[in-house]
Amino acid sequence: MGDLNVKKVILEIISIVAPDADLSDVKTDVRLRDQLEMDSMDFLDIVMELRKRYKIEVPKEDYQMLASLDSCVEYLAPKFAALSPA
Amino acid sequence: MARDRLADAKDYYDVIVIGSGLAGLTGANNLAKAGRSVLLLEQHYNFGGMATWFKRPGGHIFDISLHGFPVGMIKSCRKYWTREIADSIVQLKGVRFDNPQFSLQTTFDRVDFTNKLVDHFGIEKQTVEDFFNASRAMDFYDDQAMTTRELFQKFFPGRSDVVRFLMEPIAYANGSTLDDPAITYGIVFSNFMSKGVYIFQGGTDKLIRMMKTELKVNGVDLRHSICVDKICTEDGQVTGVVANGTKIACGAVLSNANLKTTIEKMVGPEKFDDAFIKEAKAVRLNNSSCQVYMGIKKGETLDNIGDLLFTSVDPEFDSTRLCAKDVTSRTFSMYYPDIRPGSDRYAIVSSTNANWSDWATLSEQDYEKEKQHLIKTTLDALEKYIPGVRQKIDHVEASTPKTFEHYTMQAQGATFGTKFEGLQVSMDLPKQIEGLFHAGSVGIIMSGWLGAINYGVIVANEVDSFMLTKLQSQQQAAS
Ligand SMILES: Cc1cc2nc3c(=O)[nH]c(=O)nc-3n(C[C@H](O)[C@H](O)[C@H](O)COP(=O)(O)OP(=O)(O)OC[C@H]3O[C@@H](n4cnc5c(N)ncnc54)[C@H](O)[C@@H]3O)c2cc1C
Repeated sequence: MGDLNVKKVILEIISIVAPDADLSDVKTDVRLRDQLEMDSMDFLDIVMELRKRYKIEVPKEDYQMLASLDSCVEYLAPKFAALSPA
Repeated sequence: MARDRLADAKDYYDVIVIGSGLAGLTGANNLAKAGRSVLLLEQHYNFGGMATWFKRPGGHIFDISLHGFPVGMIKSCRKYWTREIADSIVQLKGVRFDNPQFSLQTTFDRVDFTNKLVDHFGIEKQTVEDFFNASRAMDFYDDQAMTTRELFQKFFPGRSDVVRFLMEPIAYANGSTLDDPAITYGIVFSNFMSKGVYIFQGGTDKLIRMMKTELKVNGVDLRHSICVDKICTEDGQVTGVVANGTKIACGAVLSNANLKTTIEKMVGPEKFDDAFIKEAKAVRLNNSSCQVYMGIKKGETLDNIGDLLFTSVDPEFDSTRLCAKDVTSRTFSMYYPDIRPGSDRYAIVSSTNANWSDWATLSEQDYEKEKQHLIKTTLDALEKYIPGVRQKIDHVEASTPKTFEHYTMQAQGATFGTKFEGLQVSMDLPKQIEGLFHAGSVGIIMSGWLGAINYGVIVANEVDSFMLTKLQSQQQAAS
């Protein structure tokens, strides 16, 4: 999966876990919780959705990697790549 | 003989949830939605644990723990339950204080509290802002050395009236005292202050009915009147539970039963490290409660005197006095007909914090006598706010720490689980025994309706992660 698609997947998940968030203008390099009124439970929901949909596991010590869209892509792209059949 | 309520249960479930308190129900729902097979076992005939209600002849219905919760419940119910459940949550606007130091009414949110602190108590606006911001900024990872007493001392030295205003409602909401870590205060206080106090319209019975429906939709196998006696382990791993003499196998156990009971009675202390057992044994339980339920005769009405009344005749706030058997501080929860739309009935519930030790050892006769005394003094106290209230009431009864212990099997009837240190022990459980998890009131911050629901989700995430790894490694081994 390309970076663009990873970003799309993350935004889609955010739209489910934080339905009130306005996602039309999310800055990729700013912490999500600083622009979207997300709390720690919302981030936990992202972790659960990633596991449910893609069987991707984000261990607790890596939660901070989900801080911004850029860091999400950087952290998750290799995990998504590992999923696709070679 | 009671019929075998486990007769048609499967031999294996991914997860067995023990207990249907809000943490157990929410954990079960979450895991089922994540695709796990889930069996939920509850010893009582009702689901909900302390989130419960009871009916009495004459059309009376009483809610036990529906006095108020923070606005965060709306979001959590929408995400982890249904929009319908979230949409039934409404704000309570009339919160009253009446005690020898002050008498006032508030909407119990940051804006109104700020106004009261500035106008009524004469505190500098900046100090109030600083206090709110300091409380808001607190989280679990903060320094735990500072106590709530020290927090108040820092911002409002010598102001016992301000301490009472800020502390009394929270002491009722989570059983914390001035000597507990300040973060237990800051987190819960800020949750309330963000937008006020909320309640579930339709009553606890409706909430639990809606939750049950949703659990069934998501495929949870729900069983009531089944007490789990034992959690089975082999080589440091959970293998199943024993209930009604039947063993049912599972990949993981999520215990919503009391933390200490789970460790010491259901698993057995010999299965854990000595150091862990020492820590678990040292966990202090939180206080319990007494309540008096007063049902208003059909056809009678009450004027609106507010929704929640924090009353006290004590000269100052005092954590010890708040739990004392000769009660001087009470919260009156007023239930007007709009709590259950379509109904025309009124009820009043008086709640006080209480110590297990004051009630547990009484002889049967003394226990009855003390209960009658509690009822009488409660009615006397209520007369001040509703003159002639005795004539309007046609049902009254009381509950004590023993009542709560009996119905929920919470050790010592603990209303809010354990003190702060219980959270770490709860979180460390899976490190001791693979596949063993606990979710339920612990650590003060994870208690109350909102705390229990959110902790149910947090732990369900751990369980789900554990199950994914476990199933993947089984698959690998098989292929
Ligand atoms: C009087 C009172 C007033 C309260 N007021 C409020 C309030 O206004 N607002 C608020 O937010 N919170 C309030 N609370 C607190 C809140 O109700 C609790 O914190 C919350 O409901 C606890 O949920 P829980 O999941 O931790 O466990 P519990 O509700 O304790 O549930 C545990 C469940 O496990 C079951 N169980 C235990 N052992 C076994 C076993 N071996 N086998 C099978 N089942 C078992 C029990 O029967 C019970 O159903 C109040 C509590 C009380 C008692």
